[in-house]
Amino acid sequence: MSETKPVKYVNTPICVDFDYTPGKATSNFLRSIKKGQLIGSVCPDTGKVYCPPRSYSVETASPMTEIVELADTGMVYTFCIVNIKFYDQAQEVPYVSAYILLDGADLPIMHLIQECEVEDIRPGMRVKAVWRDESEWTESMENIKYFKPTGEPDAPVGEIMENIRSKSHA
Amino acid sequence: MGDRCAVIGIGQTKHTDKRLDVNQTGMIRESCNRALKDANMTWKDLDAVVIGHAPDTIEGCMTPELYQAEALGMVGKPLFRVHTAGSVGGSTVIVGSKLITGGIHEKILVVGWQKMSESQSTWALSPVIPFQPALMAGAGGFFAPHIREYIRRSGAPEHIGIKVAVKDRKHALRNPFAHIHQESVCEEEIRNSPMLWDPIRFGETCPSSDGSCAMVLVSEKHADRGSAKPAWIHGTEMRSEPTIMPGRDEVNPRSGSDCAKSLYKQAGITNPRKQFDMAEVYVPFSWFEPMWLENLGFCDEGEGWKLTDEGATSMDEGGDIPWNCSGGVLSSNPIGGTGTVRFAEAALQVRGQAGDRQVDGAKLALGHAYGGGSQFFAMWIVGSEKP
Repeated sequence: MSETKPVKYVNTPICVDFDYTPGKATSNFLRSIKKGQLIGSVCPDTGKVYCPPRSYSVETASPMTEIVELADTGMVYTFCIVNIKFYDQAQEVPYVSAYILLDGADLPIMHLIQECEVEDIRPGMRVKAVWRDESEWTESMENIKYFKPTGEPDAPVGEIMENIRSKSHA
Repeated sequence: MGDRCAVIGIGQTKHTDKRLDVNQTGMIRESCNRALKDANMTWKDLDAVVIGHAPDTIEGCMTPELYQAEALGMVGKPLFRVHTAGSVGGSTVIVGSKLITGGIHEKILVVGWQKMSESQSTWALSPVIPFQPALMAGAGGFFAPHIREYIRRSGAPEHIGIKVAVKDRKHALRNPFAHIHQESVCEEEIRNSPMLWDPIRFGETCPSSDGSCAMVLVSEKHADRGSAKPAWIHGTEMRSEPTIMPGRDEVNPRSGSDCAKSLYKQAGITNPRKQFDMAEVYVPFSWFEPMWLENLGFCDEGEGWKLTDEGATSMDEGGDIPWNCSGGVLSSNPIGGTGTVRFAEAALQVRGQAGDRQVDGAKLALGHAYGGGSQFFAMWIVGSEKP
């Protein structure tokens, strides 16, 4: 035998396939998004609107039975410009991952911002969903391709977020 | 608190990017042997081991503690694992201390560790959430929006994040166990480093490390057994909150400030900046220094960046409240052990064992860890005198 080098490590990739049980509130949300409609649930104690909806309020544990329809417009709360590349990444860099507070909701969702220069994106910027073609709609938030600026004046982001915080359950 | 609890042994490995000379268990044992030696004890003296590490995907090895019992001398004795994401290194120590103060055991070994070279942590922390667009991009991608919001709210200038990175990396040059030893570090180098997760630069980001940190905790009657004077625990506290909740303040989380308030009450702390001699605080991205200065009550909300700016937290600038004399998380980050290192470095300081990074005459120090989406907090106060 010629030279043998000691084995210091081996690569053993791992993979986990799993089934996902969304539960009642998320199932409703996903059926609704398949029809192109965003919905939220209302906390009976604080009046806060959760999107995606939940069956129970995180703050008070009360059942949330009231469902409201939400617009596909909103404002950017805060965001990250992702430039890093890593193994098995789904998006091409750079991309902007943003907390978007939909009009009428009190909980921001995470989505992409596109159709503008990255350096123009800012907290308070008004945005609107850009949907895939209806024929492609499925039970997924990916029915929305991304959000794009509406060109409206910026929303007062600090005031809006403070207002949500002040509605907190005592 | 019931019985008093003291730290009489501390051991850590030299944190580094790849430990190819040892496996996970070998690396853990190295830190434990050092802690036992410091405590003048052997494996046989221990009543139990409490071990902590962060998500298994970070090493790609499921529940490694299942096969570590033998190497940790725990055959026939209790061994268990704590898991609270990035704060686990702190909560593991606290769980161990409760076994002493609760009168269950007298001599405990606590150990936090991670061998991050064995997987890819950015991949591991970027799960694809079902029915959602795949946007996650590691810890930096998660925390960057919180930092952007802090900057918006406080009006802090850009150089603050850079300054913290330089300060902690310079501190690390005093610590032989730190992963990053970068003699050349300066503001320009950090400023010119790639903007990975805007507003977080590469230079403002913690490394991924292989490392382990262990401590021997004992009841009062064993407190004088170690090779140096003990560090006494003056208070411990943990708090949690949901990741996603309308109105949650990700920048200044209530679970963090509530945790600090309860902790300070235990030790009679009313003015943390004045009463602590130093603090080891979990700052994985440099902007978390001013954010946690505020969250932990070292100053009023919106003022944290001013303390950083005036050098209050820097040993090299003679600051009155040095933060992260060890070089902090920005210089060493074996995730599951990172909180343990914070707690241990606070204990080293009050024992007078901190070498070139020693704060002169340190009597009271804070150790802090956080994890998840800024939602799990673990903190302790250690002192050179009995509580």
